Amino acid sequence: MSETNTLEKPDLKIDQDEGNFSYPEDYAFDAGTGLTEKTIDYICEAKEDPDWVREFRKKALKVFKDKPLPTHWASKDLENIHFDDFRYYLSKGAKPKRTWDEVPDDVKRTFERLGIPEKERAFLAGVEAQFDSEAAYSNIKKAVAEQGVIFVGSREGLKDHPEIFRKWFGKVIPTADNKFSALNSAVFSGGSFIYVPKGVKVKHPLQAYFRINAENFGQFERTLIIVDEGAELTYMEGCTAPKFDSVTLHSAVVELVAMKGAKLQYITVQNWSPNVFNLVTKRGLAHEESEIKWIDCNIGSRLTMKYPGVILKGRKARGEVLSIALANSGQHQDTGAKMIHAADETTSNIISKSISIGSGRATYRGLVHIPRHLKGCKNNTECDALLINTESRTDTYPAIVTRGEGNSVQHEASVSKVSAEQIFYMQQRGLTEGQAMSLSVNGFVNDLVRQFPMEYSVELKRLIDLEMEGSVG
Amino acid sequence: MKSCLEIRGLKAAIGGTEILHGLNLSVPKGEVHAIMGKNGSGKSTLAKVMAGHPDYEVTGGDVLLDGNTILGLEPDVRAREGLFLAFQYPSEIPGVTIANFMRAALNARRPEGQEIDAVEYYNELYQKMDLLKIDRSFTSRAVNDGFSGGEKKKNEILQMAMLEPKYAVLDETDSGLDIDALKIVAHGVNSLRGPKMGILVITHYQRLLDYIVPDVVHVMVDGRIVKSGPKELALEMEKKGYDWVENLVAA
Repeated sequence: MSETNTLEKPDLKIDQDEGNFSYPEDYAFDAGTGLTEKTIDYICEAKEDPDWVREFRKKALKVFKDKPLPTHWASKDLENIHFDDFRYYLSKGAKPKRTWDEVPDDVKRTFERLGIPEKERAFLAGVEAQFDSEAAYSNIKKAVAEQGVIFVGSREGLKDHPEIFRKWFGKVIPTADNKFSALNSAVFSGGSFIYVPKGVKVKHPLQAYFRINAENFGQFERTLIIVDEGAELTYMEGCTAPKFDSVTLHSAVVELVAMKGAKLQYITVQNWSPNVFNLVTKRGLAHEESEIKWIDCNIGSRLTMKYPGVILKGRKARGEVLSIALANSGQHQDTGAKMIHAADETTSNIISKSISIGSGRATYRGLVHIPRHLKGCKNNTECDALLINTESRTDTYPAIVTRGEGNSVQHEASVSKVSAEQIFYMQQRGLTEGQAMSLSVNGFVNDLVRQFPMEYSVELKRLIDLEMEGSVG
Repeated sequence: MKSCLEIRGLKAAIGGTEILHGLNLSVPKGEVHAIMGKNGSGKSTLAKVMAGHPDYEVTGGDVLLDGNTILGLEPDVRAREGLFLAFQYPSEIPGVTIANFMRAALNARRPEGQEIDAVEYYNELYQKMDLLKIDRSFTSRAVNDGFSGGEKKKNEILQMAMLEPKYAVLDETDSGLDIDALKIVAHGVNSLRGPKMGILVITHYQRLLDYIVPDVVHVMVDGRIVKSGPKELALEMEKKGYDWVENLVAA
């Protein structure tokens, strides 16, 4: 068993059924199983990468192979990932289609079942839909493109816009940041490249949807977003995968750059199936008077490790992480936030809410760093955990380093439980046990969700309802 | 078949200790009955057993709603069948407003996809709040979160008004209330009493029965109903004390 990626936690009563379907595989490109220099060469040729990218990938592969797993602080479950058993590149062709009609039928049906074309029509400025390694569909509304907004995949980004792409690529998150950022740097494919020109305020969100279809597969999208001076953007990503008996790996790198006075909001609502290792590095660089806000909703997966961060580089920059993690039985959500203050009068705000159900485990890891020489910096951190039944576990590791005078930090943490009495009270009003738990959880996250854009708070509520109904035995 | 909430020879235990020792009681629809009893006589146990609290084990007898047994049903099924319990200590539900909570409760009674219309719901809600003389801002607060004793009980009565149960059991609704709060709650119950509802008021004190005048009074001692009579029985109890009934039982 240890030679394969077979799940060692067989009982997962969780219902991620919504995304639990897949179509037979039919790929034009398949890099095969395992990860060597040959794999990299295959990917480079399939994607027609320029030489500098091939070199970048190969260096990264070496870093990845040399770096140990971070099991001295992180979950030992990482040792159950057998990197040689994955397939690192699967695609039906590297070029995305501009209309849904051109998208292959099985892929189109997948995204239709997930409601993507419908949402695109309803409220989005542009959509990219990635199926395994490459985007199958990518389109931006004409009016938005006419303002000079670029919204393409990473492949088009590095080929067609090298002057912007190369300037920032790998600068916010260097290859060697951690083992998984190195892995992504070696085999990255897909993800978004976005540039919003000076002063352009994109009214509606741009959305990317990441779908894993294949078994024993790793998805490694790479996203780079640059919002120029005074510009504004909301970006949203959604993720799902079918439930396989084997392990699936998702390891993305997301780099954000907000220039002077820019505003960038990045929203994730992920609903991974319980066989997915979700190991993602996300960081933003905030210049003077800019604002970067991460809204991060983690539902599903076997193990998620994700700590969105902001480097507050310019005076009066502002960073925010609002996160919700829901750990159902058999799942571990190891999430948090990093705020690196590197200029005077920078402010950061972290609000984290976690829910542990059954044997689910939620861990909060925070890092707030304010060095001695800075003045007028502020951080507020709030971590609230909700436990549903006694097996649940929650841990908090807030690391707050503040030096110097005139900087202030505030930290609050709470742990609460949904009691049997509370559930009985709600059942006495006619709600089923599942509905009662769902309402309690929604109540717990309510003050945070109110700060989300309407469409996403509705989506999140729906996912919580699904998750809670599945968790009642 | 007469419409009533009927309890037949009910025996129930918690943690292996029997609290109810064969209790008989019948509350016909349209009537208000009161149970009086000392602390520890099993009054609250009776309320919880009827509602299906998981800590209690029924060891004998039956509870029937209009002739159908409700024992063995989940608490939420009993509620949807028409049984309402106004709690002595209502739970807090942080982050969930009263308005949303009651809307969820009403929707739970409707077929899927036929949720109550928002306008219709608020019309109904405001009408009931006016009837109970409750301020409009009340329902935007989180359920019982930081409420005073009086506010909690007012909330119970508002829910009772909105859910329109066939039978309502009010467990020590007067406990912890000052006289003004007591009057408001009693006014609420009196506005709801009528031919469509049977009400069972459980209380320790005669005081509540000055404001909610029952059709029948039952006296409970040691897990059984030992004496029943017209409303005057409450006054007699007040005058002669529980010892009087206990002596009657002993004799």
